[in-house]
Amino acid sequence: MAKVSLQGVSKFYGKVQAVKKIDLEIINKEFLVLVGPSGCGKSSSLRMIAGLEEIDEGIIKIGDKEMNNLEPRERNVSMVFQNYALYPHMTVEENLGFSLKIAGLAKNEIEERVHEAAGILDITEFLQRKPSQLSGGQRQRVAMGRAIVRRPDVFLFDEPLSNLDAKLRNQMRTEIKRLHQKVSTTIVYVTHDQVEAMTLADRIVIMKDGIIEQIGTPLDLFERPATKFVATFIGSPSMNMIKASIVKQNNELSMKTNDGIIVPVPKDKQNSVIEGQNISFGFRAEDIVPLKFGQKPSSAWEMQSSVNLAEPLGTETLIFTNFGEIEIVSRMFTPEQVKSNDVLDFALNLDRTYLFDENSGLAI
Amino acid sequence: MNKKQINNILIWFSAIILIILIMTPGLWVVLTAFRPQVDVMAKPAVWIPRNLNLIQFETMLFGGSEGSMGRSPIPVLSYLRNSLIISFTSTFIAVLVGTIGGYGFARHNFKHKNKYFLLIMLTRTIPGISLSLPIFIIFSKIGLIDTHIGIILVFVALNIPFTIWLTDGFFRQIPRAMSEVAMTDGCTKLQAFWHIELPLSRSGIASAGIFAFLISWNEYALVSNLARSTDSKTLTVGLMDFTAQFTINWPGMCALAVFIIIPALILTFMVQKHLVTGLTFGGVKG
Repeated sequence: MAKVSLQGVSKFYGKVQAVKKIDLEIINKEFLVLVGPSGCGKSSSLRMIAGLEEIDEGIIKIGDKEMNNLEPRERNVSMVFQNYALYPHMTVEENLGFSLKIAGLAKNEIEERVHEAAGILDITEFLQRKPSQLSGGQRQRVAMGRAIVRRPDVFLFDEPLSNLDAKLRNQMRTEIKRLHQKVSTTIVYVTHDQVEAMTLADRIVIMKDGIIEQIGTPLDLFERPATKFVATFIGSPSMNMIKASIVKQNNELSMKTNDGIIVPVPKDKQNSVIEGQNISFGFRAEDIVPLKFGQKPSSAWEMQSSVNLAEPLGTETLIFTNFGEIEIVSRMFTPEQVKSNDVLDFALNLDRTYLFDENSGLAI
Repeated sequence: MNKKQINNILIWFSAIILIILIMTPGLWVVLTAFRPQVDVMAKPAVWIPRNLNLIQFETMLFGGSEGSMGRSPIPVLSYLRNSLIISFTSTFIAVLVGTIGGYGFARHNFKHKNKYFLLIMLTRTIPGISLSLPIFIIFSKIGLIDTHIGIILVFVALNIPFTIWLTDGFFRQIPRAMSEVAMTDGCTKLQAFWHIELPLSRSGIASAGIFAFLISWNEYALVSNLARSTDSKTLTVGLMDFTAQFTINWPGMCALAVFIIIPALILTFMVQKHLVTGLTFGGVKG
């Protein structure tokens, strides 16, 4: 059990810099999720912690010990890979016990620890099978078992669920969270799936193009996105985002979209923007609701638009409609039938509208 | 009869003709080994053997008995010993070096890697026999003519490129994560190779080994130049001992040929499973 710290860490592949001088402190026993689109440097960062990639710049410490020049085996980390990477020529039991065998533990101790790990993951009945005789979920469990059997300082997960189908993925997600509660070890978990990140993480690190966009708890990121990228990346459906410029109207600053729609700048942001500034404003689907079927927010801006498409999901309905030329999505929690081409009045909650500077991408 | 049946018959018919074409010479060798010289030389040819015997094998293995042809028996056991020593040693070395090379090409990046690989493969475009004169001259200068070591060296050089090529493909097929997991599991790079990657590619290594062995076991042209005496002559070269100035002992030669084929056949059957996976892996999963 240990904290992990990355100080000014970079990774180059040829001339491409995949990770750009990132700093990150991972607290002991924390479940930290690195999330971002592919190519953002999250896997490279994880592999540098594991020792599978050279650290080209900066320092990585586990506990208080510098890891830069240590081999993977000297770092006491366990890694779970996307394709499981179970040893196909060994039984489940041998897979689990392999690291202990290499470490030279006594046979009975290996057996004891293998059975303990198998018990935690509920795979005792498969111990004598080969990986090829297991289902995807079972394989994933064995891969996790192989990781915990060593009692490492840090668990590293590299997109462990992306090979599973949706139902199994949800189930395994819960199990990973439960596993973390049972073994309470520091976990660094890489995924491109923001739902996984939100549900699993104590803290999320969002990366893009090799830099960290924001670090925070799931709710932090959801409620207070630091950048436009974070805002659109976190949350499903994605935050509606509309480009506009600031104009002055009736002594008040407003946002004028490219289609000429004018929306007042929220009260608390009036002093943070200047006339002529190019911005994007964003709002989540639940913050623009059809007036007829929802509560009118206290600080509302209304518009009328026709429905392009409605997706009833049971507890909620997603309504696709147009904001000028741009298609946006609205989330309605009332079980009402909405059809295409229905014309509805929508209310946008200005208190929950986010503004981002168009040049820097930073939140205003 | 519908079209499908006609098709089937056609396919079977052509297959049978092909098999006959391929099998007849081999079958003829085997039959000849068991027939007296008169039968073999008869004109018109005697297709169905009239009497079969084991005289040639007796002569070959235990020295001539009364009534057999070829009074001075051929030192088959010496040739066998040479063949075994040369084939096994050269195969072992070629597979060892070739596997390490294949692993290197599959797992490591270095400058001009593709060019090196191509260069190694290009060595196989040169017909082996065209090398016989240079090899002969070099070997005669350093005293390797008519030695096991000399011939082993030649076979090792011949077999390494193929072994590299085959094992490279196998190692590529094993996910990198496999050895990475082993390394976080506490293995050194060498242990990961030994415990994980080597067992997983054993089909490829086995088929590379069989090919290397068969090439060494069956090679004739090069060895016939380099081997001068019973010190290093192999079984295939020994075949020529059955030719005298005016006669060729066909049954004797064929008996030795059968003797050469048998170990190769046994070996091939023993590792058939590996050979099939070894040669089809590319088509199953890229």
